[in-house]
Amino acid sequence: LAVAVGRSLGALSRAAGRGTGSVIGGHAILAIQPQALALLATGRRVALVSGTNGKTTTTKLLAAAVGALTGSEVVTNVLGANMPTGLAAALAAGPPGCPAVLEVDEAWLGRVATQVRPVVVVLLNLSRDQLDRNNEVRHVAQRWRQVCQEATGATVVANADDPLVAWAASGAEKVTWVGAGLRWTGDATGCPQCAGPIEFAPSGDEWRCAQCDFARPQPEVWLSAQGLAGDGTGAEGVGGRAHFADGRSVAVRLRLPGRCNQANAVTAMAAATAMAGPRPATPEVAPTARAEVALAAMAKVVDVAGRYAVVRLGASPARLLLAKNPAGWAEVFDMLAPAPAPVVVAINARTADGHDPSWLWDVPFERLAGRKVVATGERGTDLAVRLHYADVDHELVSDLMGAVKAASGGRPGSDAKTGEVVDVVANYTSFHQLLARAGAGEREP
Amino acid sequence: VTAAPGVSIALVYPDLLGTYGDSGNATVLAQRLRWRGQAAEVVTVTGSSAVPESCDIYVIGGGEDLPQSLAAVKLSEGRALHRAVDRGATVLAVCAGLQIIGERFVSPDGKASAGLGLLDCVTVASTAARIVGEVVVEPARQWQDQGLGLLTGFENHGAVTELGPGAQPVGHVRVGKGNKDGTVEGAVSGRIWGTYMHGPALARNPQLADLLLSWVVGPLGPLDDREPDALHAERLAQATRRDAAGDGDRGAGGGRWRRVRG
Repeated sequence: LAVAVGRSLGALSRAAGRGTGSVIGGHAILAIQPQALALLATGRRVALVSGTNGKTTTTKLLAAAVGALTGSEVVTNVLGANMPTGLAAALAAGPPGCPAVLEVDEAWLGRVATQVRPVVVVLLNLSRDQLDRNNEVRHVAQRWRQVCQEATGATVVANADDPLVAWAASGAEKVTWVGAGLRWTGDATGCPQCAGPIEFAPSGDEWRCAQCDFARPQPEVWLSAQGLAGDGTGAEGVGGRAHFADGRSVAVRLRLPGRCNQANAVTAMAAATAMAGPRPATPEVAPTARAEVALAAMAKVVDVAGRYAVVRLGASPARLLLAKNPAGWAEVFDMLAPAPAPVVVAINARTADGHDPSWLWDVPFERLAGRKVVATGERGTDLAVRLHYADVDHELVSDLMGAVKAASGGRPGSDAKTGEVVDVVANYTSFHQLLARAGAGEREP
Repeated sequence: VTAAPGVSIALVYPDLLGTYGDSGNATVLAQRLRWRGQAAEVVTVTGSSAVPESCDIYVIGGGEDLPQSLAAVKLSEGRALHRAVDRGATVLAVCAGLQIIGERFVSPDGKASAGLGLLDCVTVASTAARIVGEVVVEPARQWQDQGLGLLTGFENHGAVTELGPGAQPVGHVRVGKGNKDGTVEGAVSGRIWGTYMHGPALARNPQLADLLLSWVVGPLGPLDDREPDALHAERLAQATRRDAAGDGDRGAGGGRWRRVRG
């Protein structure tokens, strides 16, 4: 009954144009049956994906990989509804028995894991984000550690390069360590065990605490991204490689840009292998063969809930990029079209963004010097002041569409008619506002 | 160590106390000097290196419980900051930074921990809800006389601070909670300015940045502050409007959790 009511409400919400309906439907399901998540997960192999950045992309990649490896339909929540209501709606919408790959909000991971009893838990990274809600990154790491200790029977697939993640996962019964890299180390400089200083090797693939015995676990699989172009040229065949401990390696070719997505894919590859498990119906195949099947499926993913998609905003073609914290920005700088190409940056500070955009001062916006930046969004003034002090040429245009227009018109010797794509970097809610303006019909493949 | 040219600004332990963007205070101070043709240098001091005692300004930010305690231990051992203060250096300490330069603060296990004793204040655990949201402060008369208007910031702390007779508050709270209960905010003594304001404080309040700089270099000429002034005005308007509406939402979120479009 709970599920039927939830589905009806979801349909009603969609019909009323109030969104995709998953949250209201999920609310109804959970109101009628608080244990609905556990019931809906019964009989499924469930993977949970969490982390500060890359949850949605990794979930989509992992769902594609699991689909390819199991030949089954996969239940997933790709639209970012990642709390119990959204999860209940996603599970209710999927056929019973098929595997589920679910993105879960960092703060909710414990409660969700207790109910759905996952076979795989993917921990990507942890850094400052929405501190008005999460307060301290370490508190989240502490909760994750408990999740890992309690999730007996699950394989935790964890980023060995993130000390906070490594600390959380090291209490788990079974861990698959992945060398996924960590560009932003600003929240990992103090040892989670003893608060001593963490020393990172310049090579980026080693770290240890200077004070205690806590150090990077040896990964089973890792990404080498040498020569990887960060600007989306992965589609042309430039990519990193996933290396296995036994010396074998496979190429990682994606249509998604950036080092971070290569890392997400390698993590998803490891998770998909753990998720598919040694099933009687599937003949055992070598890890690299499985990895190649998984990677081939992931290579088909083009955009993830609008991220990396080229859309038309007004008269201007624009590429939408999501960056909502310093760690996200550390990856996005390398994805931008090179200077002097202009860039639009949209900043909101609603509840889903975190109400305090002080994190803008932890982003080295000085790197945008040499191009024109159009600041926009509800907290565009905060960004404009940040750019002011960074000595970056900028303009504040509060209207989102006006900002895109100002950027495309501002390109020397070019205008909107030339069809040059403007990069638009937005944080969470401003990203969704832009996506709504783009309209589904105007999305370009 | 040779004397740095111009004004030297020590950014103290951004790896331990840099969680809330407060490193931006150092950026703001340095730029406001450079734009006036004065040399300025930001000296970034990480937790594994010694704090220099010869800098003109020390900027300390907010951070998490465990690194906060570690920072307090390190600063107590070296006492470089104490010697700098004795010499007349200016200190801006925010949130966890404010707490550790006081007499006592709360260690991660909830017990009282000795602070640096540079400010006459004690920080204690609180059973009330964590203080999170926009804060607006009317500065004490002496700061108003020196040109300081209303101050805007974002507060985010669990423990609460009480002042002793040796420290004066920055001012009275107009919106938000400040040190404890919505009465006063911050702690000032000599050239030490302690506050709970993130934002960062000096990005949102250019007048405060210039007040601190004037303690080091004397009177300062005007700058093109249209954008910082616009931010200052925007944040004040937003905070007072929300407060007047009485919705109790100072930006801490109507609900505890984010709502995601679905």
